[in-house]
Amino acid sequence: MAETKVQATLEGRASDATAQARRRSLLRVAAFAAGFIVLVLAVNALTHGDFLTERNLTNVLRQITVNAIMAVGQTFVIITAGIDLSVGSIVGVSGVVAAIVANSLHMSSPFVFVVTLFAALGVGALSGYVNALPVVRLNLPPFITTLAMMQVARGLAYILSHGQPVPLQNSAPFDWLGTGAFAGIPYQVIVMAVVAIAFAVILGRTAYGRYVLALGGNEEAARLAGIDTRRTKTIVYVISGGCAALAGLLLMARFASGSPQSGTGYELQCIAAVVVGGTSLMGGRGSIVGTFFGALLIGVLNNVMNLLNIESYTQQIVLGIVILLAVILDELRKRYLAR
Amino acid sequence: MSGIVKTFPGVRALDGVSFDVEAGEVHALVGENGAGKSTLMKILAGALPADAGEIALDGRTVRIDGPKAAEQLGIGMIYQEFNLVPDLGVIENIVLGVEPRRGIFLDRRAAADEAAHALAELDIVLPLDRPTRRLTVAQQQLTEIAKCLLRQARLIVMDEPTAALTDRETDALFALIAKLKAQGVAFVYISHRLEELPRIADRITVLRDGRTIETRAAAAMPEADLIRLMVGRPLDSHYPDLPPVSDGAAVVLDVRALSADGSVPVRDVAFGVRAGEVVGLAGLVGAGRTDIVRAIAGADVPSSGEVAVDGKRIVVRSPADAIRAGIVLIPEDRKAQGLVLGMSVRENTTLAHLADFERNGLVDRRAETAATNQEIGELHIRTPSSEQTVRNLSGGNQQKVVLAKWLIGRARVFLFDEPTRGVDVGGKAEIYALMAELLRQGAAIVMVSSELPEVLGMSHRVLVVRGGMIRAEFARADATPQKVIAVATGAAA
Repeated sequence: MAETKVQATLEGRASDATAQARRRSLLRVAAFAAGFIVLVLAVNALTHGDFLTERNLTNVLRQITVNAIMAVGQTFVIITAGIDLSVGSIVGVSGVVAAIVANSLHMSSPFVFVVTLFAALGVGALSGYVNALPVVRLNLPPFITTLAMMQVARGLAYILSHGQPVPLQNSAPFDWLGTGAFAGIPYQVIVMAVVAIAFAVILGRTAYGRYVLALGGNEEAARLAGIDTRRTKTIVYVISGGCAALAGLLLMARFASGSPQSGTGYELQCIAAVVVGGTSLMGGRGSIVGTFFGALLIGVLNNVMNLLNIESYTQQIVLGIVILLAVILDELRKRYLAR
Repeated sequence: MSGIVKTFPGVRALDGVSFDVEAGEVHALVGENGAGKSTLMKILAGALPADAGEIALDGRTVRIDGPKAAEQLGIGMIYQEFNLVPDLGVIENIVLGVEPRRGIFLDRRAAADEAAHALAELDIVLPLDRPTRRLTVAQQQLTEIAKCLLRQARLIVMDEPTAALTDRETDALFALIAKLKAQGVAFVYISHRLEELPRIADRITVLRDGRTIETRAAAAMPEADLIRLMVGRPLDSHYPDLPPVSDGAAVVLDVRALSADGSVPVRDVAFGVRAGEVVGLAGLVGAGRTDIVRAIAGADVPSSGEVAVDGKRIVVRSPADAIRAGIVLIPEDRKAQGLVLGMSVRENTTLAHLADFERNGLVDRRAETAATNQEIGELHIRTPSSEQTVRNLSGGNQQKVVLAKWLIGRARVFLFDEPTRGVDVGGKAEIYALMAELLRQGAAIVMVSSELPEVLGMSHRVLVVRGGMIRAEFARADATPQKVIAVATGAAA
C-alpha cells in the first residue's frame, strides 16, 4: 500500500514537472516567434521590401551553408571543451585536392563525383585524426595541435596547387551541387539541412552524442563510467575535419575551381556561430539547432547590412558587437534560470 | 543572524533561521545534508544574498553584499575545498588580494614578513616558497587560517575541517583553535563527525530542513540526542546487522600479486572476497587504499598481477574492461570522478549502461526514464524529477545517483571508496542498508573508509594497508581499533 502511494506521488511530481517544463518551453517558443516576426517585418520595412523576397532569402541560406556545415562539426569539438582552428585551412586543402582529383579522373560524371567526394572527406577526416592524436595521447591542448594543422594544411594547399587556383577541366559532375537547385531550393542548402539534421540526431539521440556531452562535462567521470574517452574525442576531431572538407567541396563546386586561399579566416566565423548558438566553450553543453541559428543570425545580419549599403568595415564592427551581445544574453539567461 | 530566509527554485533552503556566536566561542552547526548549513554560511560570507532576515555584528545591523564586505567585517570563511591558488606559494596565497606594495610594484619582502608574522603567531611552520598544490591537506588548511588572521578575522567559519585530516593533524588543529579562542576569535564549526564535537564545541546548534531546531551547550548534548534532533527520529544503530557469509560461499573477486604505479605505488596485493562478504580496507590517508581499488577497477592500469571474477581471469586495461567483468568503483570524490554535474539524474544514471537503452541506434529516453524512476524510488533519491540537474542535489542524494548508476547493471563486485564521506547520518544508514541488500543478492564488496568505526562496523574482514601493501588481516571478531591503528601507523612489528 505504502509503496504504491510513494510511486504515485513520484509519478505525480514527475508529470507535474514535465507539464510545467512543457508549458514554459511552449511559452518561450511563442515569445521567440512573436519577436522574430516583428523583427523580420521591421527589417523588411527598413530595406524597402528587399529582404522578404524569395530570391533574397534563398540567397541568405546559400551564403550560410559553408559556415553552418563547418560550425556543425566545430560544435562537437567545442562541447568536449576543445577547439578546432584548422577548419579554414582544411576547407582550402580539401577544395584543392578535390579539384586535382576530379581533373585526373576520366570516368562518367557520377563516378567522378563520388570519388572526388571521398577524396575530399578523406583529407578532412585524416587531418582531424592527426589533430586528435597528440590531444588524446599526450594531452596536448587542442588549441596548439589545431593551430599547427592550420599552418600545415594551408601550406599543403599552396604546394599542391602551385599557389594558383585549380580550375575544373570539366565542371559537369559538380554543376548540380555548385549551382543547381531542386524544386527551387539550391542543392547546397539541401546538403546543409541533411548534415545539420543528421548531426543533431547523432548529438541528441545516440549514445555517442551522450558520451560527447558527458566527456565535455566531466572527462574523468566519463572515463570511470567505462566510456572510451580517447576514441570519443578522436571521432569529434574527425567529424570536424570531415565537415570542413565537405564545406571545401561545396565551395569548389560553386566556383568550379579549387583555390588554395579558400577558407582563410573561416575558423573564427564558425566558432562565432557555435558560440552565438549557445554552446559553452567550457564544454559539456551545446546543440546543433543552436549552432544552426547562430550561423543563420550571422548570415541574416550580413545580408541586411548589405541591403542597407553599410560598408564592410562597419559591418565587421557590428558583427563583433552582436557576437558579444549574444553571449552576454545567453549568460544572463543562464543566471536567471539558475536562481 | 536572525530570521534568515533563502529560496532556490523549488526549494526553501532556509526558513527563518536564527543563529548567534559569541567572542571566543566555538559554535558547532550540525544537520543532515540539505539541512541548510552551507547556504547559511554562504550568506554570512557574502557568497549568496539572503532573501529576508538580518545579520548583526557587535549589536549593529550590517549589510554583507559580497565576499569583500564580509572580509572587511572580520568574517573569514574556510571552505571544505580550499580557496588557494595552487601554483602560488604559501606567502603569495596568504597575502593574496592585500599584497603590500611599493609604488606600483609588489613589496615581496614586506609580504614575506607579514606572512611569517602571521604564521609565527600561530606557532606553525610551513614550507613558504613551495606551491600550495604540493602541500598536504593539513598544511593547506593552516595556510587558509593564516590568511584569515592576516585579514584580522574575528569570526572564522570552518566547513568540515577535519574531513581529510589524520588524527594527529586533527589534534594539532584543535590545539590551534583553542589558542585562537583564548585570543577572542569566534568559530562557526560545521562537521559531520559528531564524535569530535564534545572535544571542540562550546555550543551546538542543530539545523533541519532549513530551520533551527535547537541550540544547547555541548556538554548538555549527548550524541544520541544530537542524532535524534538531526534526523527528527531516533536512530537505533548506525550499522545494520551484516548477513553472515555462508561457509560454502564461492570466491567472487580474487586478486593476486597486484602491483600498480598510481599516486601511491601498490605492491604485491593479494586477497579474495567471497559472495556476500564485505572486506574493509583500513589505513591512514595516503596509505594506498584508494590506489588498490583503482587498480582493480582499471582506473589506474596495473603494472603486474592477476584479477579474477567468479574464477575467470580478466585483463583490466581500462575501466571499461573492469565494468564488463562486473567490477565497479564508487569513487571517493563524487563530484570530480563520479558524476557529470551538469547532466540530469537520468543521464547520470544510465551513462555506464547506455548501450542497454539503445534501440535502432538511438537512445530510448522513455526506457531511460523508467529505469531512472525505479532507482529514484528504491534509493529514496530526493529530487523533483529524473530531469533535475545533479548539481542541484545535496551531497547524500548525489552519492545515491552514483550508486544508481552501478545498480542498473549486473555488477558482481562493488568497490566502495569512502562511500559515506560528506553524507549525513540518515543518508549513511540508507547506504549501509543498500550494501547489506547487495550482499544478500550475492555481491562481493570491498570498502575503503577513513572512519574506523565504519570499517569495523561494516566489514566481515579488515585488511590494514600501509605503504601500498597489505600488512595485516583481522576477522571481524578480532578487529579492535587499537590493533588496526597499531598496524596502520606501523607501531606494531
